[in-house]
Amino acid sequence: MLDLLTDRGWLWTAALFYLAVFVAGTVGLLRHGRRASSLTYALMLVGYAFQLAGLSLRGKAVGGCPLGNQFELFQFTAWSATTLYLMVGVTFRSSMLGYFTGCLAAVLSLISLSVPAWDATRNTKLFGGNPWIEFHAALALFSYGVFALLALTSVMFLFRNYSLKVKRVGGWFSFLPSILELEVIGLRLLVAAVTILTASLLVGAAWWLRDTASANLGKILVTVAVWAAALVVLGLRLGGRLLARRFAWACLALFAAALLSLGPVDSSRHQPAAKVAALQPAP
Amino acid sequence: MSQPNVFVVGANHHVAPIAVRERLTLNPEQATGLQHDLAGIAGLKEFTIVNTCNRIEIYGVAASSDVAAAVQAAFCRRQRFATEEFEQFRLELRNQSAVGHLLEVAAGLDSQMVGETEIFGQVKEAYAAAQERGLTGPVLNRIFQKAFQSAKLARSQTGITEGQISVANVAVELAANIFGNLEQTRVLLLGAGDIGEKTAKAFRSRGAGSLVVANRRMERAMELASELGASALPFGQHEGRLGEFDIVVGSTSAPETVVSAQATTAAMRHRPARPLFFIDLALPRDIDPAVATLENVFLYNLDDLAKIAAENLTARTAEIAKCRALLGGRAEALWQHVAPKLTGGSGGSPGAYEAGRQPAP
Repeated sequence: MLDLLTDRGWLWTAALFYLAVFVAGTVGLLRHGRRASSLTYALMLVGYAFQLAGLSLRGKAVGGCPLGNQFELFQFTAWSATTLYLMVGVTFRSSMLGYFTGCLAAVLSLISLSVPAWDATRNTKLFGGNPWIEFHAALALFSYGVFALLALTSVMFLFRNYSLKVKRVGGWFSFLPSILELEVIGLRLLVAAVTILTASLLVGAAWWLRDTASANLGKILVTVAVWAAALVVLGLRLGGRLLARRFAWACLALFAAALLSLGPVDSSRHQPAAKVAALQPAP
Repeated sequence: MSQPNVFVVGANHHVAPIAVRERLTLNPEQATGLQHDLAGIAGLKEFTIVNTCNRIEIYGVAASSDVAAAVQAAFCRRQRFATEEFEQFRLELRNQSAVGHLLEVAAGLDSQMVGETEIFGQVKEAYAAAQERGLTGPVLNRIFQKAFQSAKLARSQTGITEGQISVANVAVELAANIFGNLEQTRVLLLGAGDIGEKTAKAFRSRGAGSLVVANRRMERAMELASELGASALPFGQHEGRLGEFDIVVGSTSAPETVVSAQATTAAMRHRPARPLFFIDLALPRDIDPAVATLENVFLYNLDDLAKIAAENLTARTAEIAKCRALLGGRAEALWQHVAPKLTGGSGGSPGAYEAGRQPAP
């Protein structure tokens, strides 16, 4: 029980609730051929509360937003996607979005918890007490959470498009939102992701211009590349040149790029210049 | 033998062929007359007449076992139907079986199209009409209200009403899978055939934004457009204006396709982000099958729609046992609650029972 009170204990519990969303959703679809939106939402909400508690404890321990290692980056991305789902999921009236978000949050959380090396070193006072840099990092990671939700919407779009093209619309395909709704949701999420990431980069750039040695060039290049790619995809979509399936695949590629960029971003923090303090991992 | 009971007497599509049902169905005047006749039967404490195209069923609460026969005689007299002939097709159930039957009727389980929901509204209307005239009392009020609750439960707990089972409704459901809310959709109906008209009506009833009819005979197009609350389009213009529509229903008798892949490609250039849905109900086909390969274009022909309808019907049929078990349990519990009231009511004075025979609040 005491273990449960550590940050990792809370995060394990949250991951199990996200896993429960996946299991309950899958069983519901397979056995009854029906969704249970209220159960999905309730499980997501409980998982979210546990994750928030875990991340808050971690934040308190490291003296800032917990974005100091690969484990925390994955956890924060899952938390961002869940936050967004809980905020907009009801509007989209899609319990399948909840199901997919639960799956994604479970995968991200469980992977991060299962690799102890990712959490072996904890960086405290990562942002040197500068709230703007912390804000910049949190915004950037939150935008990655939006990319995660966009990727889920894209997967749903591809499934829906496939089902309609091959004329298999029964079973769990029937619970997917319509093609047009998914298109609209996808576009709105991409606009949101680009806006948040742009805001994050603007805040980061303002501080970087004051002290160009404060950030690693590799990290900047990777982040700007993700942002530029998102901007290009958005431009092509608004110009009517990247639509339907190709737009969905592009959004999936964007999320993959965002996830892959977490590696270089995290490793840039372990440069000698970084002000880090290694702590022992929690039991 | 004098046993208070709940009964249902009548005929429905299971026991009577259509030619018989035609003679049994009551028009509004006949229904009112029958109500008047039944109200005069001694020992008939409460009753409700459920009268649809597929069934005429009289549910009653009787002071004795022979009252149902009197009800049947009154019905046959009004419909000028020989009692002996009626008895060949008669449905007669008592007590828990009658209650169970009503639950299954309200849930659509007893319908010709298993799981259809129209019957729920029809039973509700029949009950409301009887209640308004003070023809129901504590027993039927309880039974009907519980029947409505059980029907809703059956719908939510089983797949008995899931999936559309008519070609027109399957087409509308598919359109909803593509566009979501149909209020913003524009529908083009090519041809003025019967099946196309039915489909157009189904789109209208689901709130499609606008409807345009194009037919080789302009006067027929205008006639149908006026009937559907739509507008008419000269037939030759339909390909050039294809991009203006979201849903195109083909139901002409043309010997070859009337919408080409080239015209569709050109239309999609004007609306690349908005899907285009073709429903080809014609034989020979109206829409070039090659349009199905285009991005954001979806094509379903008559066979595709019929296949989906058949699959949905099979899925509904598979839910029957589950639904019947659920309703059976509810009927048993309801009967256990109602049966003592029945005996109590018959044992009391007629005046005391009449006091309870008031419209439910």
